[in-house]
Amino acid sequence: MTDIAQPSTHAAASATPRKRSRLQKLWQNQSLWRGITAIIVFLFFWEIGSRWDEWFGKEWMIPGVGLIPPPTDVAATWLEVLPKVGYWESWYSSFKRVLSGFLMAMLLGIPFGLLLAVNKYFRGIFFPPFEILRPIPPLAWVPASLIFWPTNEMSIAFITFLGAFFTIVINVLGGARNIDVRYLRAAQSMGASQWDLFSKIILPGTLPSIFTGAAVGMGITWEVVLAAEMISGGGTQGGGGLGFFIWNSYMGGSLEQIVVGMISVGIAGYLSSSAIRMIGDWYMPWKRLF
Amino acid sequence: MAQDTLEASANTADLTAGKSKVELRNVSKSYGDEWEQQQVIDNLSVEIRPGELTVVVGPSGCGKSTLVNLIAGFEFPDTGEILLDDKPVTGPARDRMVVFQETALMPWQTTYQNIIFGPKLRGDLKGNALREEADRLLVKVGLSEFKHKYPLQLSGGMQRRAELARALINNPRIMIMDEPFRGLDAMSRGLMQEFFLRLFEENRRTNLFVTSEIDEAIFLADRIIVLSNRPANVRKVIEVNLPRPRDYKMLNSPEAYEIKREAMGILHEEAMKSFKSGSGSDFAEAYGKADS
Repeated sequence: MTDIAQPSTHAAASATPRKRSRLQKLWQNQSLWRGITAIIVFLFFWEIGSRWDEWFGKEWMIPGVGLIPPPTDVAATWLEVLPKVGYWESWYSSFKRVLSGFLMAMLLGIPFGLLLAVNKYFRGIFFPPFEILRPIPPLAWVPASLIFWPTNEMSIAFITFLGAFFTIVINVLGGARNIDVRYLRAAQSMGASQWDLFSKIILPGTLPSIFTGAAVGMGITWEVVLAAEMISGGGTQGGGGLGFFIWNSYMGGSLEQIVVGMISVGIAGYLSSSAIRMIGDWYMPWKRLF
Repeated sequence: MAQDTLEASANTADLTAGKSKVELRNVSKSYGDEWEQQQVIDNLSVEIRPGELTVVVGPSGCGKSTLVNLIAGFEFPDTGEILLDDKPVTGPARDRMVVFQETALMPWQTTYQNIIFGPKLRGDLKGNALREEADRLLVKVGLSEFKHKYPLQLSGGMQRRAELARALINNPRIMIMDEPFRGLDAMSRGLMQEFFLRLFEENRRTNLFVTSEIDEAIFLADRIIVLSNRPANVRKVIEVNLPRPRDYKMLNSPEAYEIKREAMGILHEEAMKSFKSGSGSDFAEAYGKADS
């Protein structure tokens, strides 16, 4: 890996003569400003849309948007919720589930995918059952895993793991199988052993696919965790997670709190995928040239 | 392999260069299983003479790349033998370096990392010696400023030069070039041909150059081997006696013209055969040349 991760040399080569501070760079970042503007405009129209009936009477209610609480109300509820321990416990337990399921999927999925790619006997034996299990949606596993695993927590972890596992494996397999044979041949000519071929060609060559798989897998993991938390009702011992937070708000009839939960999930998912992107950029400096 | 490791040295005065030869004796190769076989090379005997630039031309799809794979040791002949300095070829090794079609630089490594890949892997060139040798080659191919760039940041011509350096650092006994300049625009192609020729004329390392461009062949070659349509066989061996160092103007000489006329005649004939025999037959009919 040391050969690959050398972003500093690249950064030094392309540094502009006039150095800008980090803050200046952020301030001058056009796409950042576009993004902020877009969000503000979106919130503005949402606010107007859902307050229309308040201002002009019930008969003027805009269908759909009119039923949703306006962002200012949501923000107020959010401020109420923020200091509460339960809200942050929901974050914590959802994140814990996502991360544990995702890491397990990476830990098992990457070696499994690589083995499928490099060994045709292994592929012949394990690929067919894998392909039959893969199309089963993770949520279809819920009843079976509730019966199979002793605790709720374990079945949620298992379903989460499944959600990411199949995606990661299929990406790793595809990536490793698509490596240009000329890279392998060139390395062979230069005296590479089987292990060299694996560690110096196949592994770095598969890295982009590993990160694609991880990014997609992370998205699926959040979906699955949320659904599983709603179905299982979350642990009764306070570790319900964001899915249960939303469900609980629905049961309690707090529309604002439902939206708070939804946005929280959005932020959580965004943070997770940004983290993967950052790690990917770090490990693959050749991928962020343009 | 033992003597190969000894040969790895940073000195430019390379005594072994130009002394190696490759012989193919009655080589045949076919693909497919026992029910459906496609013969690609049929009883081919060729000698790649020491210190010469041998160019192989042939109609597209005639098995030129298979020939490269056989000599490089990526594939093995069904019958016949391939000898490097009278010893049979048993697999890929650093004494036969291939420069591939398009580019085969590892995209995840910088130019420098790509170049030192072989010696670093084998450990036969280390530390300062390795750095100096890599720097010397970088200067030679004019890529010193692009040492820490990734292949995708280089132009097509630069990529080919980096690949040349990556092959040369292994100090091979024979260089195998498989249509190395394909995909370059006409301008950079011409420049690369001239650059490559200077490199060859410097120490005359035995070289096999595969191309489908007849002008390129005449410009570079000591000998041109014209292959037949698939299954490949030697149709004609043409000696190119143009003086060295070569110059682009020599392509306009009567001798070059004569070679071109002869080679084009054979290639056209062979290309028409491939039209008639295989998938190209309907294409040939459409052009009204099916029975010409």
